[in-house]
Amino acid sequence: MDKTIQVRDLIKKNLNNPKNRNIDKIMPNIFLLAASISVITTIGIVLTLIFDAFKFFKEVPLREVFSTHLAPLAVNPSFGILPLINGTIITSIIAMMVAIPIGLASAIYLSEFASDKTRKNLKPMMEVLAGIPTIVYGFFAYSFVTPLLMTIIPSLGAKNALSPGIVMGIMITPMVASLSEDAMNAVPNAMREGALALGATKLEVTLKVVVPAAISGIIASFVLGISRAIGETMIVVIGSGSSKNFSFDFTQSMQTMTAYIVEFTSGDAGSGTLGYYSLYAVGLILFVFTLLMNLFAQYISRKYREEY
Amino acid sequence: MTNPINANNDDKNIIFDVKDLNLWYGNDKALKGLDFQIKENDVTAIIGPSGCGKSTFIKTLNRMVELIPSVKITGEILYNGTNIFDKSLRVEELRSRVGMVFQKPNPFPKSIFENVVYGPKIHGIRDKRKLMEITETSLKRAALWDEVKDRLNDNAYGLSGGQQQRLCLARALAMEPEVLLMDEPTSALDPIATAKIEELIMELKKEYTIVIVTHSMQQAARISDKTAFFLMGELIEVDKTQKIFTTPRDKRTEDYVTGRFG
Amino acid sequence: MGVEFMHERETKNYSNAPMNKSNMNRRILIDKVAKMLFLSSTLFALLVLGVLLYRIGTQSIGWLDLDFLTGKLSIFPEKAGIYGVLLGSVWLMLVVTPITLIIGVSTAIYLEEYATKGRLQTFIKTNISNLAGVPSVIFGLLGLTVFGRLFGLGSSILAGGLTMSLLILPIVVVASQEAIRAVPGFLRDASYAMGATKWVTIRTVILPVAIPGILTGSILALSRAIGETAPLVVLGVPTLILKVPTSVMDDFSALPIQIYYWTLDTVLTPEYANLAAATIVVLLMVLFLMNSTAIIIRNKFQRRY
Repeated sequence: MDKTIQVRDLIKKNLNNPKNRNIDKIMPNIFLLAASISVITTIGIVLTLIFDAFKFFKEVPLREVFSTHLAPLAVNPSFGILPLINGTIITSIIAMMVAIPIGLASAIYLSEFASDKTRKNLKPMMEVLAGIPTIVYGFFAYSFVTPLLMTIIPSLGAKNALSPGIVMGIMITPMVASLSEDAMNAVPNAMREGALALGATKLEVTLKVVVPAAISGIIASFVLGISRAIGETMIVVIGSGSSKNFSFDFTQSMQTMTAYIVEFTSGDAGSGTLGYYSLYAVGLILFVFTLLMNLFAQYISRKYREEY
Repeated sequence: MTNPINANNDDKNIIFDVKDLNLWYGNDKALKGLDFQIKENDVTAIIGPSGCGKSTFIKTLNRMVELIPSVKITGEILYNGTNIFDKSLRVEELRSRVGMVFQKPNPFPKSIFENVVYGPKIHGIRDKRKLMEITETSLKRAALWDEVKDRLNDNAYGLSGGQQQRLCLARALAMEPEVLLMDEPTSALDPIATAKIEELIMELKKEYTIVIVTHSMQQAARISDKTAFFLMGELIEVDKTQKIFTTPRDKRTEDYVTGRFG
Repeated sequence: MGVEFMHERETKNYSNAPMNKSNMNRRILIDKVAKMLFLSSTLFALLVLGVLLYRIGTQSIGWLDLDFLTGKLSIFPEKAGIYGVLLGSVWLMLVVTPITLIIGVSTAIYLEEYATKGRLQTFIKTNISNLAGVPSVIFGLLGLTVFGRLFGLGSSILAGGLTMSLLILPIVVVASQEAIRAVPGFLRDASYAMGATKWVTIRTVILPVAIPGILTGSILALSRAIGETAPLVVLGVPTLILKVPTSVMDDFSALPIQIYYWTLDTVLTPEYANLAAATIVVLLMVLFLMNSTAIIIRNKFQRRY
């Protein structure tokens, strides 16, 4: 029995050791500090963008900002942002015209039609597609898709909005597919069985029951896809080039907001010039665009989660 | 007899003295004004239908219940004369002296040895020889030593359910606690493993005070000295086990032990 | 009106049984056609993947050899190698891995184990999910302004590494949170019931059980960092690094940067396309290795409890 007392006493002695107590008080603070880094990052992004964007908006009148004339390096520089927004929107629209139908169709196939075995084989392959770096897609758009499209559209420029738009769509497809599939999988089987029992075909069940029930999740996947397209950089930098003309001709070069930032930072716009500050103005607009999209997607997907 | 329903009087030392204990989960009151004493070296069985608060009660004795958010407690529980909710008694110290075995065997995904010495190790015992000694004693007390002595470094999840539960018992015993709380320790086990645990409890009561929650009235009758009957968060009756099962004072106790509801 | 319509339709269906049957056949046919359409959409995406891999593979043939891996940069395509950028990417990972793991796992521990459900926790979680959606080029601007200029780190490995760490931090946090959440409650209970404090429980029970999951998720996050280009370009990471980096304060270049500049330069020298393709093959192989490791870890440490 004296051994017994020994263990008990050792434990008691250790419990009263103030050193051990301190660690338990310090650790949560260390973890909180780590957690605050992500908050500080957000604050850092916002401050960085606002601080230098402010310098830009102080110098450049809003009427010029919302003009179609962009010539940052000209002798009399002009900072109309509309060509960039136009380029961003057009490439994103092309991307979503690819990603939405293919992504949704894939999601429907994987969630409603595919056997477990097929799904098990196809899903990892879709994940591979999602894991390929965007620079690789950029190379692919420029060196393969553009020449391929030229055989159909001879007037297509070596740099154009069409080819990177399509490739960007392929890149976003797995994301749209997987998020939409999640939303469709969340639809209770009882709803499907109810319709199937009435003699509906799988397609009818999908279109009339599953898709309507999962619609908010599906829309959220589209919105997130758009947000990805707007923020995507390397594909459009390589594929779409740097033309600052305001035009809707997607067979020719167009510059997106992201591509503008890349062109300017890797170029020679020295710190302190108006061109340099314009980067942050564009960055700020880009940030706000994508943030709103993401918040919107979160809002609608949170709404659908409450439904069942 | 000071308390009409609490006929738990004899000469033994009081280990736990529960005084007007109330507990809420959010707005739901789970324990209602419990007054109750647990005596040294007794096996106290707690019986009652599901949801009667028996599990909640046993988890209050080592304050494990506080891990559930939104729990609110009033009243006091004196452990050897000190209120367990008092700042002077650290919850870690309380739990090192009041061991617990759970409903489902829950060994750590570590070796058998590491499982047994987990408690001593986290409480600062590093000496390898001492730890080996503790392992042997604890496993012997839990009647597991002979079965595992050649494979102390194997993963605990290679053991059978009954062996896992005895390992958890050994793990609790390794801290040399004064009290053992057992929350339906045999509900996940087969009859043979159950018999083995019950045998162990009879052996262990010589050195430990044991509180056991059980779903099975036969089990309570077989192994306990005292039995407490809970119903909807209230302590209906506590007495010598034999008395509870033969001549209960409360009609509801009688109805329950004779199987009229449950 | 609705009721009337339904009634009408019902009668029609009953009275036109043969038509109903042909209608049925048509519906089944449409169902089959649709299924093929959905399947071919899925396969189309994968077909593009196949074409992409095939194209890049064939373009790299004859260019990807040991000399390419160990050679230094050169203006002559035949002599050019990627030794410098390969090491640059390795250096970058040496900075990114410890930083993201330490901060990411700590953040996850705070959110899952310490934070009480409330405004602060919700705020940090919302912040992290929004941070994950910020375009990488914006992180480049942050890195350029704060690490590059404010801290004076220029376009060094450290500046690039810090920028990349922040970029993938949300992924590591979310993966770690999931891994920690997957640790069953009964293991925590067992530890707390032995008188363990929260930190001891985290150190001795939660982390050891969660580590395979954390590693799997983190490796996937790191493979994102290794292929990421835009932040480094914005940071001003150059391509013409003839010196192999020896410390975190050195300038560097990385695999994706090299791919970028060689792609741009194909206008001047078509062979650069082959070099870019060969570099892509190397990058994809690195990614493949990382992902395989992640899968092996995941399978090896499948839950045993």
